Amino acid sequence: MSERLGIIVSGSLAKGVEVRLDSSASIEDMAVGRFVTIEGAKRRFFGMITDVSLGMTDQRLSLTPPDVSDPFIAEVLAGTSTFGTLHVSPSLVIGGDATTMLEGPQPVKTVPSHFSVVKAATQEDVELVFGTEDEKRFSIGTPLDMETKVCLNLEELVKRSNGVFGKSGTGKTFLARLLLIGILQKGAAANLVFDMHSEYGWESRDERGRRVKALKQLFPSRVAVFTLDEESSRRRKVSTDFVVRIGYDEIGPDDIALLRQTLNLTDLAVEAVHQLSRRFGKSWLEDTLAMKGTDELPEGLNIHESTLLNLQRGLETVRRLPFLMPHAPDNTVSRILEYLDRGTNVILEFGRYTDITAYILVANLLTRRIHARYREATEKALGEDTTPPRPLVITIEEAHRFLNPEVASQTIFGTIAREMRKYNVSLLVIDQRPSGIDSEVMSQMGTKLTCLLDNERDVDSVLTGMASKNELKSVLSKLESKQQALIFGHAVPVPVVVKTREYGSAQSYRDFAPDSQTEKDIEKLWD
Amino acid sequence: MAEAERVGEVIEAGTTGFIAQCYELYQMPPLGSLVRTGGSAAELYGIVYNAATTSLEPGRRPIARGRDEKSEEAIYHSSPQLAKLLRSEFEALVVGHKEGDKLYHRLPPQPARIHGFVYQCTPDEVKEFGKSFDFLNIILNAHLPVPTEELVAASLRRMSRAHDDQRDFLVAAGKELAILLSGNLNQLNAILGRIKL
Repeated sequence: MSERLGIIVSGSLAKGVEVRLDSSASIEDMAVGRFVTIEGAKRRFFGMITDVSLGMTDQRLSLTPPDVSDPFIAEVLAGTSTFGTLHVSPSLVIGGDATTMLEGPQPVKTVPSHFSVVKAATQEDVELVFGTEDEKRFSIGTPLDMETKVCLNLEELVKRSNGVFGKSGTGKTFLARLLLIGILQKGAAANLVFDMHSEYGWESRDERGRRVKALKQLFPSRVAVFTLDEESSRRRKVSTDFVVRIGYDEIGPDDIALLRQTLNLTDLAVEAVHQLSRRFGKSWLEDTLAMKGTDELPEGLNIHESTLLNLQRGLETVRRLPFLMPHAPDNTVSRILEYLDRGTNVILEFGRYTDITAYILVANLLTRRIHARYREATEKALGEDTTPPRPLVITIEEAHRFLNPEVASQTIFGTIAREMRKYNVSLLVIDQRPSGIDSEVMSQMGTKLTCLLDNERDVDSVLTGMASKNELKSVLSKLESKQQALIFGHAVPVPVVVKTREYGSAQSYRDFAPDSQTEKDIEKLWD
Repeated sequence: MAEAERVGEVIEAGTTGFIAQCYELYQMPPLGSLVRTGGSAAELYGIVYNAATTSLEPGRRPIARGRDEKSEEAIYHSSPQLAKLLRSEFEALVVGHKEGDKLYHRLPPQPARIHGFVYQCTPDEVKEFGKSFDFLNIILNAHLPVPTEELVAASLRRMSRAHDDQRDFLVAAGKELAILLSGNLNQLNAILGRIKL
């Protein structure tokens, strides 16, 4: 039996409904983000509390407050003259009509009638809405004050690009790790993670200093760790599968264009890169750096001296990156694709090279080539009527550097976010400044998982395009700073606040990777 | 079940109320108490809102007699005719009636009958009557010579005594009043102040 909270007194479909609390229900027990059910005359509705407020029948009460030190008077007035109101946005119909019976919860198209009874949602209600864990659904956590699991439909999730947002230290990494584990566990897609801080492949420490295992330890046979910094990996005792080296000849003018801001290049310098690469071909970078002045420029190239200097200074920064060499011994892209084709997930650790230049350069360079291959493969599959390549999810951190309005149109990530759904490639964007991401990209994201954000602009940009934006705003800004996230979009039927699933205990590892042999191996490693 | 105590006889009746005379001088039921009159066919419930002891003849007022007496009782003792020349009456506001077994908290179709016996309700009857607070509305809307707040408070205090959990009863009544008097905060506060334990 679920507890009765109150009755509907007013509202609209667009703005949500007002619920007057019963005197038996204490307003202090309510919380934004909690689920309720509304028993309409014909249908049952499912919704979320988005605001809590205080009301009174007579305004004079606020001017001359009664003597509430007397418990009798306080008790009489509570729920009668003074009462609590909830703002609830109904989002689903979960029972009552034929469609709902046959096809499950449906989006709301109307509001419950006056004085319909509002109750706290029961475990069964929540289960009905979010489903139970199965081969497609992965439990990401539990709703507030409940034991039921909130499950994400991963098949839906990987079809579109997704975002994980939140202020620094609110649990973005954990949330992203959970998502990756889910995708891996359910085999919904292959993952390629550009792991800037080396936290996804091998163990790292959480904020309390505990060691937490990561993907390679949980799924040793299904995850490959690539590294740019062999030394760092060795010191951390990570078993790496491949050391990434990139040749100068693999860097194209587009890669430099993306680094314009980080390398502080002028527009003219970027233009010059295109000219130079056309003239010199693959060896353009070395050739450009070898030049001593504009007089050494080949015939027909008109580049101003200051532009050349600016460009050379920028390229020198690039060349200093230790993982770059004149000619790479192995083709990284082919290796990555090889692994991905086999269904192995690839995590690329950056080790010490957490410098944003390195990150942008490598991520963009690799992704551009992988993207081209996927595009080819998909088109081929379309032409020959064979199975398209496995869906691929590319995880990038500090996404606003790739997807800010200035560069989003140029980078490959912008393209993927906008259109790559068709080629089975999607992004998992992890970022702490969502306002820095191009609004077009933001609006194309399928599912957004956001931890606490308090900057007004960040909140606005995350909620862009949501129908119940204002309601969700109050929910979002009231999230706890740890282990709580608001999830909305394609993978969940209604926006939901979850307490994220536990990560870090032995039991949680067993739940993630139930394969006993793997588990034993891991345990052995840890003994 | 305790036997209901007979407290008087109806001597004037209207749809909204009745006046009853007590058999004994000064033996009127207390202010706010629940009384009933009428037979099993149509039983009327009233709340005592006013009581008075007056001379039997309207034109003749009693005169002071106690100058040489030691105590009040002694006056009545030395003038035994007084008990016959004075009379005690009380007025009750009709707040409900019973048809068959069903209790209604609203005005009866017929007023009380003259010479109908008036009984003080037993605690069980009071308890049953107190299950609904609809009668409060009748009291609040009546035009009575006594302050409404006083009457409401007195009747609720009296009824609460018949209940095992007095506080619960009063809180429930208070909540009902808070709804009825949502536009009249002062009256509400006055009543609440008078019924708190």
